[in-house]
Amino acid sequence: MSEQGGAHATTGTYLRVAAILVMVTLIEVGIFYVPAFQGVLVPLLLVLSALKFALVVMFYMHLKFDNRLFTFLFGAPLFLALGVVIGLLFLFYGSVRLRAGV
Amino acid sequence: MKSWLTTTDHKRIGLLYFWTAFGFFLLGGLEALVIRAQLAKPDGIGLSAELYNQMFTMHGTTMVFLALMPLSAAFFNYIIPLQIGARDVAFPRLNAFSYWVFLLGGLFMNASFLAGPLFGADRLSVAPDGGWFGYANLTERQFSPGPNIDFWLLGLQILGIASLAAGFNFIVTILNMRAPGMKMLRLPPFSWMTLVTQFLVITAFPVITVALVLLMFDRFFGTHFFIPAGGGDPILWQHLFWLFGHPEVYILILPAMGIVSEVLPTFSRKPLFGYTVVVYSGVLIGFMGWGVWSHHMFSVGLGPIADSVFSATTMLIAVPTGVKIFNWIATLWGGQIRFTTAMLFAVGFIAMFIIGGLSGVSHAAPPADLQQTDTYYVVAHIHYVLFGGTMLGLFAGMYYWWPKITGRLLSETLGKWHFWLTLIGMNLAFFPMHLSGLLGMPRRIYTYGAELGVTRLNVISTAGAFLIGLAMLVFLWNIVRTRRVGRPAGNDPWGGATLEWAIPSPPPVYNFTVIPHVESRVPLWPTERHGPMAPLPLTPPAPIHVPGGSWWPLFTAFGLPVMAIGALSHHLWLVLVGVAIVIVGIYRWAYEPFEV
Amino acid sequence: MSHAHPTSMGVDSRKMAFWAFIGSECLLFGSLISTYLIYKGKSLVGPYPHEILNIPFTSFSTFDLLMSSLAMVLALAAIQRGDMKQAKIWLFVTAFLGLVFLGGQVWEFSHFAHEGLGLTTNIFGSTFYVLTGTHGAHVTVGVIWLLTLWVQALRGKLGPGQALTVEIAGLYWHFVDVVWIVIFTVVYLIQ
Repeated sequence: MSEQGGAHATTGTYLRVAAILVMVTLIEVGIFYVPAFQGVLVPLLLVLSALKFALVVMFYMHLKFDNRLFTFLFGAPLFLALGVVIGLLFLFYGSVRLRAGV
Repeated sequence: MKSWLTTTDHKRIGLLYFWTAFGFFLLGGLEALVIRAQLAKPDGIGLSAELYNQMFTMHGTTMVFLALMPLSAAFFNYIIPLQIGARDVAFPRLNAFSYWVFLLGGLFMNASFLAGPLFGADRLSVAPDGGWFGYANLTERQFSPGPNIDFWLLGLQILGIASLAAGFNFIVTILNMRAPGMKMLRLPPFSWMTLVTQFLVITAFPVITVALVLLMFDRFFGTHFFIPAGGGDPILWQHLFWLFGHPEVYILILPAMGIVSEVLPTFSRKPLFGYTVVVYSGVLIGFMGWGVWSHHMFSVGLGPIADSVFSATTMLIAVPTGVKIFNWIATLWGGQIRFTTAMLFAVGFIAMFIIGGLSGVSHAAPPADLQQTDTYYVVAHIHYVLFGGTMLGLFAGMYYWWPKITGRLLSETLGKWHFWLTLIGMNLAFFPMHLSGLLGMPRRIYTYGAELGVTRLNVISTAGAFLIGLAMLVFLWNIVRTRRVGRPAGNDPWGGATLEWAIPSPPPVYNFTVIPHVESRVPLWPTERHGPMAPLPLTPPAPIHVPGGSWWPLFTAFGLPVMAIGALSHHLWLVLVGVAIVIVGIYRWAYEPFEV
Repeated sequence: MSHAHPTSMGVDSRKMAFWAFIGSECLLFGSLISTYLIYKGKSLVGPYPHEILNIPFTSFSTFDLLMSSLAMVLALAAIQRGDMKQAKIWLFVTAFLGLVFLGGQVWEFSHFAHEGLGLTTNIFGSTFYVLTGTHGAHVTVGVIWLLTLWVQALRGKLGPGQALTVEIAGLYWHFVDVVWIVIFTVVYLIQ
C-alpha cells in the first residue's frame, strides 16, 4: 500500500519529464561544445543539472506529492552535503582566489 | 543462551550493549592507567614509545567508539521505546544487527593486541598506534608499515556500519512509533536529544567512511590521496576527519544532556524549565556542530579568513549550550531537591561540563589555541567534557534507570562513595592538565624531562586516575551486591513523570499492557489541565504478539569481520567469502517471515 | 510484513527509513565529489581529463541511465495498478539499461587503463576511479536488487501488495541516477 498525498503524476507526466531530461542533457552537451558559451559554461551547467536533479527527485521519486517529512529527510542532508562541498572548495581554493585579487 | 543470540527485543539488546560497552570502558580505563603510570615520573622507561603510542590510540578509540557511544546506545535501546510508548523499535532485526556488528568490530580491533605474530611483527601487540584521529600521512604505509593502522581503519568501518544502521532505526522509531497523543513537543528530552544525535550519526559517519576508504586505497592499492609526493594533501584527511569528528563530539554529549534533562526534573519534582528552548537548543547545537570543524585545525595554516570564520562559529555554538545550562539551573531553582546518586551525577555533569566548556571556548580563539593545541590543555578539555560530561551523565542514567531495568535499586550509600571518589578523582586527574599543558607538556609523548617542570602535576594526575579506578571498583561492587540484596523497585521508585515509570520493573516483554494515550509532557504528573495518567491494567486485555528471534542479524554481521580479516591478510578470496555471507544473510533476512 | 501498524506520521516506516538512508548517501557522495573537486588540476603527470574523457560516449551513458529511471517509474505505476505483465517488462528493462550502463563503465575504465590512466597513475585517476567506481558499485547493487524483484515477479510472488518494495527499489535507483547527473556535470562537462 502506498500513500498518495493528493495529486499524483500520470504516465503522461513521466514521459514529459523524460523528454525534458533528454532535451536538457542535449543542451548541456551542446553548451559544452559551443565555444561561445565557455564563459558561462560552469553556472549554466550547474543550473541545468540542478534542474534535472530536481525533476527526477520531485517527480520520479515522487517527493513533490509525498509527506513533507521526506523532503526534510532528504533535503537537510543534501543541504549539509552542499555546504560541505562549498566549504571545502573555499578552504582549498579561497585563499588562492584572494591572492589573485579576483 | 540461544535466545540471546537471536534476540530482537530492544530491552535485551540494550543489556547486551550495556555489558559489552562497560567491558570496553574498563579496558579503556586500564589503558588510561597504564598511560598514567608511565607519566607519573619523568624519563619513564616502563613503556617503549611504540607501545605507548598504542596505549593512547586504543584508549581514545576504545573510549569514544567502544565505550561512550555504545553506553549511550544501551540507553537508546532500552529506554526510548518505553519513553515513547512503543513495544519495540521500528526494525528489531536491524537493531540486533547493529549490536552484533559493534561487538564484532570491537573484538576485531582489539584482536590487534595479540596479532603481532600473525604478521611477523617483533612484538605481540600490533594495536593501532596513530592516535585516535589517525592523521595522514603518519598513517600511510611509508610511516606505518605494519598492520596497526589497517586494524584501525577496518575496525572503524565496521563500527560505522553499526552506528549508521542504528541511526536509521531510531530516527524512524522516534518519529513514527510514538504513542497516540505524544506530539513531538511532548517527547521526553532524552528522546529528543537521541533523535538529534541520530541525525548527526547518519550525516557525519558517511564522511569518515569516505576518509577511511581513501586511506585504505592509499595503504592497500597505492593511491596518493594523502601523499604529497603523488599530488595528495594530508590536510584533506584532517578536513574529512573533523567534518565527522566534530559532529561526533556532539553525538557523544547530546544523549548525556538528554539524561540530565530527565534526572534533574524528577529529583526537583519540577518539570524541565524551558522545555521548548532546551529542545530547540539541542537541535541548534546539532546543526551548528557542522559549521565548526576547522577549529581542530587552527595550527595547520588555513589562513586568517578561515581561522576567523571558524573561531566565530565556535564561539557561537557556546550559546545554545549555555542556554541549556541556564535552563537546568532554573529547573533546580525552587524545586524539592532530593540528592540521590543519580541527581548528584547530574549536577556534577553541569559543573564539570561548564569547566570543559570554558576550556573549549578558550580554544575558540586561534591565538590562544596556538599555545593550547596539541598540549595537555586539550587533554584536560576533552576529559572534562567527555568524562565530566558524558560519563557522569551516563552514570546518572545508570543510577536513574537501573531500578527500571533490573527491578532493584542500586545502593545509595555505595553510590555516593562512587560519586565522590569519581568527582574528586577526575578533578585531580584532569585539572592539573590545564596547567601542565600551558607549561608546555605536549600530548602523546611517552615521557618527558624533569626540566619541563610538570612532574608534580603529572603525579597528581596519576593519583587522580587511580582514584577514578577505585571509584569504578566501588561501582562494580554496587552492581554485584545489588544483584543479591538490592532493594526491589516498584514501577516508579523515584516519582518520575515519563511513560517508562508507568510499567513494572523490569518491564514485561511487551512493555505496555495497553498503549496509553498521552495528554502532556509529564504524563504521570498532574498538570494544570490534566490529572496524572490512570494506571495501566496489570494484564493485557488480549494476547500481545511479540516477534520471535532471528539468526540472520548475527549471521549477516559475521560477514563484516570476515571481509576485514580478508583485507588485512591480503586474501581477496576471504573478502569475497565475507561479501557472500553478507549477501546470503540479507536475502534470508529479507525473505524470513517476521511480524513486528 | 503485511498488516499495517498505526504510525505517528502516517507514512510507512520502511519508506521513511529509506529516505533517511538516501539523505545519508548525499553526504557519502558529497565527500567523494568534494575530494574530486579539491584535487582537480592537481595531477603531477597525465593523462589529464581533457585528453581522455569521452563526452559523446558518456552522454550516451547518461541518456541510458535517464531512460532507466523512466522505465522504473513505469514499472512502479504498473505494479501499483496490478498490471503484473507490464511490471515484469519494465522491471527487466530498468535492470537491462542498468547493465548497459555498467557495461559502458567497464568499457570506459578498460579503455582509460589502456590509454595509461590507472588508479595510481595520478591524482585524477585516483579520484576519478574511486568516485565513479563507488557510483558503479551502487548501480551494481541496484541491478541485483531489480533482478531479484523481477525473478520474484516471474514466480508470481510480486503483486500490488508489494508495491512498496518496488517503490523503495525505485527510490534507490533514481537516487543512483541523480548522483550520476551530478557526476556527469562535475567530472565530464566542467573540466
